[in-house]
Amino acid sequence: MFSWGNFISQCFNGLVLGALLALISSGLTIIYGTLGVLNLAHGAMFMLGGYAGWVAYTQTGSFIVAIMAGALFVMLVGVVTERLIIRHFYARPAEDQLLVTFGLGIVFVETVRFFFGSLSKTVPPPALLSGITPLGFMVYPTYRLALLGIVTVALLVLYFILYRTRIGMIVRAGIEDAVMVDSLGINIQKVFMLVFGIGAMAAGFAGIVNAPVVAIAPDVGDAILVQTFVVVVIGGVGSFGGAVLGGLIAGQIISLTSMIDPAYSYVMLFVAMTLVLVLRPYGLLGTAGRE
Amino acid sequence: MSQSKFTKGKAPVLSRRRVLHAGMGIAGATLIPGLGGIGAVHAQDKPAMGTWPAGSQGSSVAIAAMVPLTGTYAVQGADELKGWELAVEHINTNHPLMKTLAPKINNGVLGKKVVLKHADSAAKPNQALQAAQTFINQDKVILMTGSTSSAVAVAMNKFAQREKILYMPGISGSNDTTGKDCVRYSFRQGFYGEMAANAIGPVMVKQFGKNRKAAFMTPDYTYGHTTTKSVMDYLTKEGGWTVVTNQVSPLGTQDFSQYLTNIANSGAEFLINVNWGRDAVLSSQQAKQFGLLPKMTLVLPYQIPFMAKEAGPEITAGVLAATDFWWTLEDKYPLAKQFVEAFQKKYGYRPEWGAENAYVSFAHWARMVTEAGSFYPPDVIKQWEKGETIPSLLGDVHYRPQDHQAVRPVILVRGKAKKDMKNPEDFWEVIDIVPGDKVIQPPGEFGCKLGDYT
Repeated sequence: MFSWGNFISQCFNGLVLGALLALISSGLTIIYGTLGVLNLAHGAMFMLGGYAGWVAYTQTGSFIVAIMAGALFVMLVGVVTERLIIRHFYARPAEDQLLVTFGLGIVFVETVRFFFGSLSKTVPPPALLSGITPLGFMVYPTYRLALLGIVTVALLVLYFILYRTRIGMIVRAGIEDAVMVDSLGINIQKVFMLVFGIGAMAAGFAGIVNAPVVAIAPDVGDAILVQTFVVVVIGGVGSFGGAVLGGLIAGQIISLTSMIDPAYSYVMLFVAMTLVLVLRPYGLLGTAGRE
Repeated sequence: MSQSKFTKGKAPVLSRRRVLHAGMGIAGATLIPGLGGIGAVHAQDKPAMGTWPAGSQGSSVAIAAMVPLTGTYAVQGADELKGWELAVEHINTNHPLMKTLAPKINNGVLGKKVVLKHADSAAKPNQALQAAQTFINQDKVILMTGSTSSAVAVAMNKFAQREKILYMPGISGSNDTTGKDCVRYSFRQGFYGEMAANAIGPVMVKQFGKNRKAAFMTPDYTYGHTTTKSVMDYLTKEGGWTVVTNQVSPLGTQDFSQYLTNIANSGAEFLINVNWGRDAVLSSQQAKQFGLLPKMTLVLPYQIPFMAKEAGPEITAGVLAATDFWWTLEDKYPLAKQFVEAFQKKYGYRPEWGAENAYVSFAHWARMVTEAGSFYPPDVIKQWEKGETIPSLLGDVHYRPQDHQAVRPVILVRGKAKKDMKNPEDFWEVIDIVPGDKVIQPPGEFGCKLGDYT
């Protein structure tokens, strides 16, 4: 039976999930757009952010410190990985890039499992953001509402970096034509390293801010990775705006379909992706020829 | 006419050389199939099948465990694996506990050491079958085990029947495993959905009353569907309960917000969570985030090992659950005490029911093989099908010949509040031990047809 309360609640669920997917996808899409590398370790980086934050939280008891630790640790992992491994694969076939990032993902996941086991870890939200908020027509978990705000701010910061700073301009130029940027005398290798670090940081940040919602475990990034790829395809490869739009659309599709029959929610997500691929092969905000 | 040089007008005399020739001829003939003799009788009675006899011709026999070490059921799978490891160690060393469960073991079974091989199944049927096939080819395994997802168990059932290799599912809660998907080559020691429903249902109706409203959360595969149906059937028929919603989610779901929102708007008073493993932990934690708990009463018909440890007593306190085993049963059963002590000494924590189920399964297999005095699979199966009363960690049990299901107790537990816990693992209080024959359905009710021996 249809109920407005349920409908609005599901829209909220979709919004929160969509915002989170948007943040993770934006990291994936700028890496792919700039470096041409499809990072299959992105889900594992989401997981690493959660664990780094959890370790920081258990040591300090501070959620703020946990967020910073999660984001910065994964940025560091991203930079080191790019310098040591990824850069050797820029000129190699896409299959090699897929294999090496897929392998890195396994290494990250199993390393965490080796040290922390498979039992899930919980990072509680700050006391101020715990509990339930009555919104009149419904009640909603306070932290999920806060998560919407946190992710929105993070996306705005990422937007500012990409569209309002010189480095962002170089990154965007790199997405359009990396060879041209290089020939203009800009050290594109450093830009690549930075982009990989920023993209990884977005995943790590999402991993720790999502930890109070979904308890972390070594496999926590697996499902997210699949959804993130769908979002990137819907939004358009290499498009920051596309990642945000795709994330929000994916979130609403999953949530609103669940209202009718949850079993079809992910089916509908793939139906939407297929429709986009048929009608707009480069995604909603993608550009032909961009890789 | 010349006489034979042997007779020379006397009775024939056989030389040593002739006797040897004749003997070699007979021996040679018996080695040729179809020419009669002792060898032919053996070949007709026990033709080679599966990994028999190749798998038991060396100094050891191999067992393969396809167990989830990654994914949604990784935690429970790792615990099960420890139970199997301990059982194999005890079989090979004549441990007093194993000797009680399988008296004829003698530093192994039938003169062979037992070797355990294992691979990660990730709770995926195709991955489990691939690993099993590899173990058959490489190690000639004579017993397969592992599931933790009934989707794997029913797939492995069919595979075991086809390959003619014995299989014990380990954790498998689906009615179908020894129901419509049962096979001759598979035996289940643990409890399952129907037994759980018939054990926990009366307590729910008695404790919570009749005509209540319940919401179900169900994982989308055979375990979830059959267990939910069993519990639903009991509560609606015997208690007049109404099922206001049943939220079915895929295995491995992480964000349950959509499902919980539907439940929040359903008017349910009870949340009956059939999800399992990490799915159960996450869905219950998120139910609390959404304020469904403690507003609604949480019930776990098929208890999840380690859930209390992961989710914490703030969620499991007061929760009613049905299970296979809980370590405090050591106070009542001496064999359970021996097991808990041996397990804790080796692994540093008290075993959950996956480990118990794994250990007892192997003990029962060792018992059947040694009692049969043969590794030949039909001999072992027929020994099992005698349905003899045999010991388990929780008293005497028996296997039904009609569906190969163990008739064993179901344990009802209630979650303890943190203040009542006597040690960090004292999460559950045993409130009842329900005899298996009181809660098991009649044989054949779920459509079991076992199939052939050979």
